[in-house]
Amino acid sequence: MAGPTRRRAAPYLMVLPAGLWMLVFFVIPLVLMVSLSLQTGNLVDGFRQTFHWQNYTDGLAAYGDKFARSLWYGLLATLACVALAYPAAYWIATRGGRRKPTYLSLLLVPYFVSFVLRTVAWKLVLTDNGPVLGPLRDRGLLPADAHVLDTGLAVVSGLTYNYLPFMVLPIYVALERIDPRVVEAAHDLYASRFQVFGRVVLPLSLPGVYAGVVMTFVPICSDYVNAEMLGGPRNTMIGNVIQSEYFDNSAYPLASALSFTLMAILLVVIFVYARALGTRDVLEAARR
Amino acid sequence: MTSARNHLDPSLLRGLTRPRPVRPRRDVLRLLGAAGAGLVLTACGVQGQGGKQNVTRSQVAQYWAGKTRNGRLSWANWPGYMEDDRATLKAFEKATGIKVDYKEVIQETASWFGRIQAPLAAGQSIGFDLMVMTNGIQLEKARQLGYLAPLDHSRLKTFAANAGPGFKNPSYDPGNTFTVPYVSGITGIAYNTRYVDEEITSIAQLFDARYKGRVGMMADSQELGNFGMFLIGVDPEKSTPADWERAAERLRRQRDAGIVRKYYEQDYIDAVSKGDVWLTMAWSGDAYSLAGPDVKFVVPEEGGTIWTDNLCIPKTAANPVDAITLMDWLYDPENNAPLTEYINYITPVPATRTVIAEHARRAAGEEKKELERLGSSPLVFPAADDMARLRHYRRLSQAEETRYQKIFEPISKGS
Repeated sequence: MAGPTRRRAAPYLMVLPAGLWMLVFFVIPLVLMVSLSLQTGNLVDGFRQTFHWQNYTDGLAAYGDKFARSLWYGLLATLACVALAYPAAYWIATRGGRRKPTYLSLLLVPYFVSFVLRTVAWKLVLTDNGPVLGPLRDRGLLPADAHVLDTGLAVVSGLTYNYLPFMVLPIYVALERIDPRVVEAAHDLYASRFQVFGRVVLPLSLPGVYAGVVMTFVPICSDYVNAEMLGGPRNTMIGNVIQSEYFDNSAYPLASALSFTLMAILLVVIFVYARALGTRDVLEAARR
Repeated sequence: MTSARNHLDPSLLRGLTRPRPVRPRRDVLRLLGAAGAGLVLTACGVQGQGGKQNVTRSQVAQYWAGKTRNGRLSWANWPGYMEDDRATLKAFEKATGIKVDYKEVIQETASWFGRIQAPLAAGQSIGFDLMVMTNGIQLEKARQLGYLAPLDHSRLKTFAANAGPGFKNPSYDPGNTFTVPYVSGITGIAYNTRYVDEEITSIAQLFDARYKGRVGMMADSQELGNFGMFLIGVDPEKSTPADWERAAERLRRQRDAGIVRKYYEQDYIDAVSKGDVWLTMAWSGDAYSLAGPDVKFVVPEEGGTIWTDNLCIPKTAANPVDAITLMDWLYDPENNAPLTEYINYITPVPATRTVIAEHARRAAGEEKKELERLGSSPLVFPAADDMARLRHYRRLSQAEETRYQKIFEPISKGS
């Protein structure tokens, strides 16, 4: 009796640590946050559960534009990430040779420095009289009042930079896994270099792009550090609003409601994206 | 690789790639889960903690009973509030043997309060025994919620002897129950003379379209709101919600016209020194202690705000006796003078002025000139008629505060 029972229990025992971890640090806080998002009150008098669903509608009404801006910046930064990451990953995967690990670690070196410090560095680079804008303005290439810091351009650039490796790595893995003989076969069948890329390499690497997009788009949309440090009053993202509602205003219910709205929106976006790009294709490609 | 994959057991592949059939048991679990979640949703609320600002003598005695000096303390403060070489802290350690772990972690009162609120509400240590909080919404909350240790005035004899009349028994903390002032300062305008070629004298110039994209305002809703009210000729202390609406309207117009480049916390100093913004709302001492030589500070003709940064001890402090020792020690004019000479804010110890004059007599050259300027600076030792132009923050009730925040908070967030 003991043998089969234990064998049946084994997989459950194996997921127990991770399951407990998820329960304590993810599920319970999530339930508490849902509860909080429906409460009313203030810090001094306390918060009480009143099932005040208006927290959600109020939040959307007041900050709908910030949601839209977050998604827009997320889209721009993700596209920029793809545009920068694909050629880099392609080059490392096909021309890297023995040095592939070196190139990959070079890519990761800046990320050993703290996230905040890296963003501060951008601030120093982009400042009006700094190393980039100063010389350009002095040579008359920029109008006197042009600036980059505290604009949307600075925020999207910072976001792109900070999340780039999360795009490069999955694309690299996908490209690396392509069997070189498949490419050879395409050449043997008189495909041009463009045809090889467009009809063989690109489709086979799409699962990497898909994973990269999910891994960058979601955190970018909820980021607040870049908008805080590199943006101005017209570049506030929803993360900044949640942060200040929670920490500056102690408006816990509203902040929780905004967080869940953001989560729901991102889930819908990713779901639609997965449907459009087709998870089935991805799985199929991965199985090949 | 490919050949190995071909040998994969097809049943294993199926198991890995296909979803398992759903068992009815899961629905039961799901139902149970939903019911449980519903219970949790209704059960938990956050208890109110208000009404703890009134403290009896026995509560003070109770707090301090059994507390002893531990020879160390950690202190959370704003940037620019201590000499770069920490000379004052070294002198304190030499005099008392107490080691101070000093951290410049406070950038804005609201965000600082946000950081310490959760641990304090849970009765946990925040890692600091002494912190500096500006009189205003958050200090009021910390008092009401009982987050601060009630001060034992039998240990504050030097404070009693030397604190200036304006610094004892302030309206925001009657009887100095929880706080003693660290410094006071004025909120005014700082501008960079390398870029601004006119004299800046008034708040209206912060709203001037010729400085489009070159103006910094503060993110703090009380500071921001006050400047809006000064602009429309309202004394913030006597303002009404209707005034707040009108002031907010002007501030919003200023923002939407693109005049405001950014709403800053403490980081405005960096921006105005580098020339990213040319003129900005600023705190008096910063312009001397942190900004470059081109930055000039003025108290606008419409008025400026005077505020006080206060030393207080979080209730959960591990070393409160060491912290209160430092509080008292700072009120000795001899100890206070070097600090005032560096930070250039208004000191709560008026006798410091004679010590600074004495230092100036003994100094020579550049340093002598600097100390003489300091001794006669109206921003460090304001005269009575200067003080008359300065206004205090308005004290807000809980209901007023919610309304006030709703009006001014969204401005810096771009809404």
